[in-house]
Amino acid sequence: MRLDLEQTEFAAAVRAFAQEQIRPVIGDYYERGEFPADLVRELGKLGVFGVTLPEEYGGSGMGLFMLGLALEEIARVDASVAVTVEASVTLGAEGLARYGTEEQRRRWLPRLAAGEGLCAFALTEPGGGTDAGHTDTKARLEDGEWVIDGAKCFITNAGTAMTDLIVATAQTGPGEISCIAVEPGTPGLEIGPEYSKVGWRASDTRPVYFDGCRVPEANLIGQRGRGFVQFLELLDSGRVAIAALATGSAQGCVDEALAHAKEREAFGRPIGENQSIAFMLADMKLRAHTSRLTWQDAALKADAGEPFGADAALAKLHASQAAVDNARDATQIFGGYGFMNETPVARAWRDCKILEIGEGTNEVQRMVIARSMGL
Amino acid sequence: MNIVVLVKQVPDSGLARQLDDQLRVDRNGANNVMGELDEYAVEAALQLKEAHGGEVTVLTLGPSQATETVRKTLAMGADKALHIEDDAVGGSDALATSKILAAALGRLEWDLVIAGAESTDSGMGIMPQMLAARTGVPALTGARKIDTDGTAITVEHQRANGYDVLTASLPAIVSVWDTINTPRYPSLKGIMAAKRKPVETLALSDLGVDAAEVGPSGANNEVLSAAERPPRTAGQIVTDEGQGGTALAEFLAAEKFI
Ligand SMILES: Cc1cc2nc3c(=O)[nH]c(=O)nc-3n(C[C@H](O)[C@@H](O)[C@H](O)COP(=O)(O)OP(=O)(O)OC[C@H]3O[C@@H](n4cnc5c(N)ncnc54)[C@H](O)[C@@H]3O)c2cc1C
Ligand SMILES: Cc1cc2nc3c(=O)[nH]c(=O)nc-3n(C[C@H](O)[C@H](O)[C@H](O)COP(=O)(O)OP(=O)(O)OC[C@H]3O[C@@H](n4cnc5c(N)ncnc54)[C@H](O)[C@@H]3O)c2cc1C
Repeated sequence: MRLDLEQTEFAAAVRAFAQEQIRPVIGDYYERGEFPADLVRELGKLGVFGVTLPEEYGGSGMGLFMLGLALEEIARVDASVAVTVEASVTLGAEGLARYGTEEQRRRWLPRLAAGEGLCAFALTEPGGGTDAGHTDTKARLEDGEWVIDGAKCFITNAGTAMTDLIVATAQTGPGEISCIAVEPGTPGLEIGPEYSKVGWRASDTRPVYFDGCRVPEANLIGQRGRGFVQFLELLDSGRVAIAALATGSAQGCVDEALAHAKEREAFGRPIGENQSIAFMLADMKLRAHTSRLTWQDAALKADAGEPFGADAALAKLHASQAAVDNARDATQIFGGYGFMNETPVARAWRDCKILEIGEGTNEVQRMVIARSMGL
Repeated sequence: MNIVVLVKQVPDSGLARQLDDQLRVDRNGANNVMGELDEYAVEAALQLKEAHGGEVTVLTLGPSQATETVRKTLAMGADKALHIEDDAVGGSDALATSKILAAALGRLEWDLVIAGAESTDSGMGIMPQMLAARTGVPALTGARKIDTDGTAITVEHQRANGYDVLTASLPAIVSVWDTINTPRYPSLKGIMAAKRKPVETLALSDLGVDAAEVGPSGANNEVLSAAERPPRTAGQIVTDEGQGGTALAEFLAAEKFI
């Protein structure tokens, strides 16, 4: 798809940042399982976190398409940093922008839009994530305060030094789910230790516990009882964002494997001169390309205000599979080096599988697509 | 404080670069970017503006595609730009280039001009000095640090093993190395704002510069031939068995270094 001047320039700026600032250092953070807060703050200065947020709160008021361009360029180099942005923006800050009160937006959005603070969105529980309408975490109103009890797991951005708030889904009555904002440091909120993850190791993922955690009644985000509906609306955009991220990973594998195939020699010639390797690269390019078309198509529909739920599911399903397939093939092209953690494609290999799980598993995407076909 | 930054679009120095059949820098087939050192000049100007107020104007001499570079400087935060574009400029040597730029500087109000220490295509590193001579202001070159109170300017002029401190009164011309700062990336807001910033495009006649004085006809030198740098050859290793010093001296003498 042809990009206009501003889109081209923004993608170029993010690409330059990713290549020059993230690429040289991210491997070490990844190995240590450390969250690169300084890098994320610097990235924030490019306006990446504020792309879709309203201008009056420090954002740029632009669409999902522009955000997708940025996520793709970041993920082309590293998925951990890309998902840090995605998680803070698409479910967290976007939820505040769409459903929050004026007071809530003023209070939280400017720092989130600038990438100075991060937001976490906590839905998944130890008892289940796919069945998102089922929530064991409970919140009851008491003396003008919500009292929250329960546990969440696998929450991105929950425990970074930059985390400004965690928006959690909770049962606020029988069959009634609502979203409530909780700031770090609130008594009764306990943020667990970082998980030992297979991939996305430079992103922050933790369990979160609420034990009689009290927050003001005014911390309710959106209408009481509308939490699940709000979440489903946000999730459509989130899936497009994940599809853009997955496209970046798939493209990053093409970049790395192509360079390697031209340079690495076996039997006296570059391995890329073997048709089996060249064809593998052609297939990889095809997957990255079609993934890009699916996410951009869904984003254009979203930005035009058209229904795009099924398109988002198509994009997320296709691009996440492309990321897995390309990571596998890129690793193959790198041979033994591909199995070494210091090789970027090894990171892609470790990072790709979660793309078929998070933001709705691919089984869920197929359900959404099938349903849109009247099945 | 009003600052003019000199910016040149050049072929990406990270990629292979070519000369065309007239032995000029091939700008059409190249991936053109902002001169790598010019980014530091822009950043230095923006930092001074942030500290002292005033306006940053970008001045560039280049073909039409140089607008991309101009837009990048505006997206980084420069306020406006003057772009000199004229087909008669192609083939200009350094002296002619400085004549055009000096004429353009004459149309702008400035307390300070900042440039990269050299352009990364031709790498002559002479433009700041030539412009200083033409405009009658001091040149403080090769800075790794700039300080100013708005009336005087002090720079640390970088040397191989240290630095000199140079001071002059404003107006002045400063050139900078890449040790001076870390250039910012354009932000989305900056990119959107750049659309609305004024860019004036002028031709030689607007500046009162005679086309015959620039370009190939006005050049004081002519490039007769150019060749690729020969590949490195293996050096000669002298094993010191008492005669090492003599062997070194003989080598240097044979190569006319001493
Ligand atoms: C090996 C070699 C050694 C040299 N040594 C010297 C030297 O010692 N001293 C010296 O003075 N020169 C030197 N030159 C440069 C030479 O004198 C120049 O005439 C020359 O080759 C032209 O510069 P260019 O190749 O950058 O050409 P061009 O691409 O024509 O560029 C010349 C300038 O004109 C600008 N320009 C081009 N088209 C336009 C347009 N349409 N509108 C506005 N601006 C435009 C460019 O941006 C650039 O600033 C050398 C060149 C070479 C190749
Ligand atoms: C690194 C990481 C970061 C995460 N970040 C966040 C976050 O920030 N916020 C958050 O809320 N969550 C987050 N999650 C959680 C993630 O969204 C869930 O893991 C995911 O939704 C799946 O839920 P589950 O793990 O409970 O699996 P389950 O729901 O137990 O599913 C297990 C398997 O059963 C399948 N399945 C379930 N129901 C059906 C059905 N009806 N038909 C067919 N198949 C079915 C699923 O597709 C899956 O294959 C994160 C997870 C990870 C690993």
